[in-house]
Amino acid sequence: MEPVVQYKEVQKSFGDTHVLKGINLDIMPSEKIAIIGPSGSGKTTIIRLLMTLAEPTGGDILVDGKNLWKMEVNGKTKTANEKHLGAVRDDIGMVFQHFNLFPHKTILENCTLPLTSVQKMDKTEAEALAKQMLDRVGLGDKFEAYPANLSGGQKQRVAMARALVMKPKIMLFDEVTSALDPELVGEVLEVIRDLAAHEDMAMVLVTHEMEFALEIADRVLFLDEGVIAESGPADDVINKSENPRLQEFLKRFRSNGQS
Amino acid sequence: MWSWETFIDAFPFVIEGINITLGLTVTSYLLALAAGFIWLVLESTPSRIINFFFHWIREFIRSTPPLVQIFFLYFAWPEVPYVGMTFTPFIAAMLALGIHFSTYISEVYRSGIESVDQGQWEASKALNLSTKDTWMRIVLPQALPPTIPMLGNYLIILFKEVPLAATIGVVGILSLARTYGSNTWAYLEPITIVAILFLLLSYPSALLIRWLEKKMNNRFEKKETKVKVSK
Ligand SMILES: Nc1ncnc2c1ncn2[C@@H]1O[C@H](COP(=O)(O)OP(=O)(O)OP(=O)(O)O)[C@@H](O)[C@H]1O
Ligand SMILES: [Mg+2]
Repeated sequence: MEPVVQYKEVQKSFGDTHVLKGINLDIMPSEKIAIIGPSGSGKTTIIRLLMTLAEPTGGDILVDGKNLWKMEVNGKTKTANEKHLGAVRDDIGMVFQHFNLFPHKTILENCTLPLTSVQKMDKTEAEALAKQMLDRVGLGDKFEAYPANLSGGQKQRVAMARALVMKPKIMLFDEVTSALDPELVGEVLEVIRDLAAHEDMAMVLVTHEMEFALEIADRVLFLDEGVIAESGPADDVINKSENPRLQEFLKRFRSNGQS
Repeated sequence: MWSWETFIDAFPFVIEGINITLGLTVTSYLLALAAGFIWLVLESTPSRIINFFFHWIREFIRSTPPLVQIFFLYFAWPEVPYVGMTFTPFIAAMLALGIHFSTYISEVYRSGIESVDQGQWEASKALNLSTKDTWMRIVLPQALPPTIPMLGNYLIILFKEVPLAATIGVVGILSLARTYGSNTWAYLEPITIVAILFLLLSYPSALLIRWLEKKMNNRFEKKETKVKVSK
């Protein structure tokens, strides 16, 4: 089977700060990957590069074998233009830490907008699909509400429904529970659990929920200072690794009582 | 001495000019609203040199008095080589006030756009919305409503600058009041009439703007209560 995404020696610097120092990573279709690591290690940056929210400063990212950030024009390699990026972006969805719902649109409109605007689907069809997704995340009774009247957990579930309607091949989750009150984390994880079990899209989760990573991830990556320091089956990385940096990270984590 | 007789006599004479005064206000304001967008575009091109160039020009226009600009367009522009041409007083005043105020209005637009959370752009991109849809359906609908009170304020300020056009012979209410005065030697009543007319028009507008401001500040809460009520 071919990987759906390949990172090849991917680098990213902001000025003099080298955030990613050569990332190599293959993501298989339907694979569930969790990325853990200390703050500032570059976890968010890794997935932002794939979502095309930031441009790598070195290396290549391939989606379905196609180079995401580069394109061939008359035999010459050039930086990808908006059209090229747009074609790849359709296969990728993302859920953000701070939800980023559109506050001036209802819950339903938040979910139909990408369908009517990007896929040019007609309104009735789009609404049917959006309602189906909102039902699935447990918000079938909130279609006409605005984001402002939802709880954080509900907002994040809408954000997931909004990303899901596009039927991406890869879904990216950036610490989607860390902005939530503790009692709302469960309902969001429940939705992700359901997706992980029943959807065959690839999922990449940046997370601080170690138990959750153990439970749903096929593979866990430990990112440290811009490199993938450990990679392997969840149990091996979280419970059996000898890597001192990883152990220190996990220890600090457990003593914070966050695991 | 104040005379109600003169007041009543002067009133119809002065009010003749209201169409010109209001017409100049509205046309120069519309020009300012449109040109405000143009500045924004000219100052956010991919070329930093072009952006800086237009930023400097806008800064220059903003820092010179509107009266100087009115005089410039009316008296000096016809002498400018190649592009120079003669404007009627009305057109000269409209262009000068419109362009002058566009430099402020562009700033208002910018602040509105910058008030939109960066996450809105990122979500739009993640959903693969086109640049046009991102602007038209996500960014501007959030950026513009909060600027309405500010835009309204500039309308009132502009309205109060319109009498400057009298200096180049635009026959608005102030010009007519002066004409009435020089014909009859009674200035007190006609000019008071002008002041009252300005007050009558700008004060309610100021109230309207204050009301809009309140409404804009609560606009998402409004929707919230509406939804709650409907359940
Ligand atoms: N736009 C930017 N400009 C400059 N530096 C940035 C930018 N984005 C990220 N960085 C820097 O890159 C480093 C990695 O950031 P990143 O957000 O990927 O870390 P992270 O692993 O997601 O951390 P956290 O767990 O705190 O979210 C940080 O040092 C951050 O300050
Ligand atoms: Mg992060």
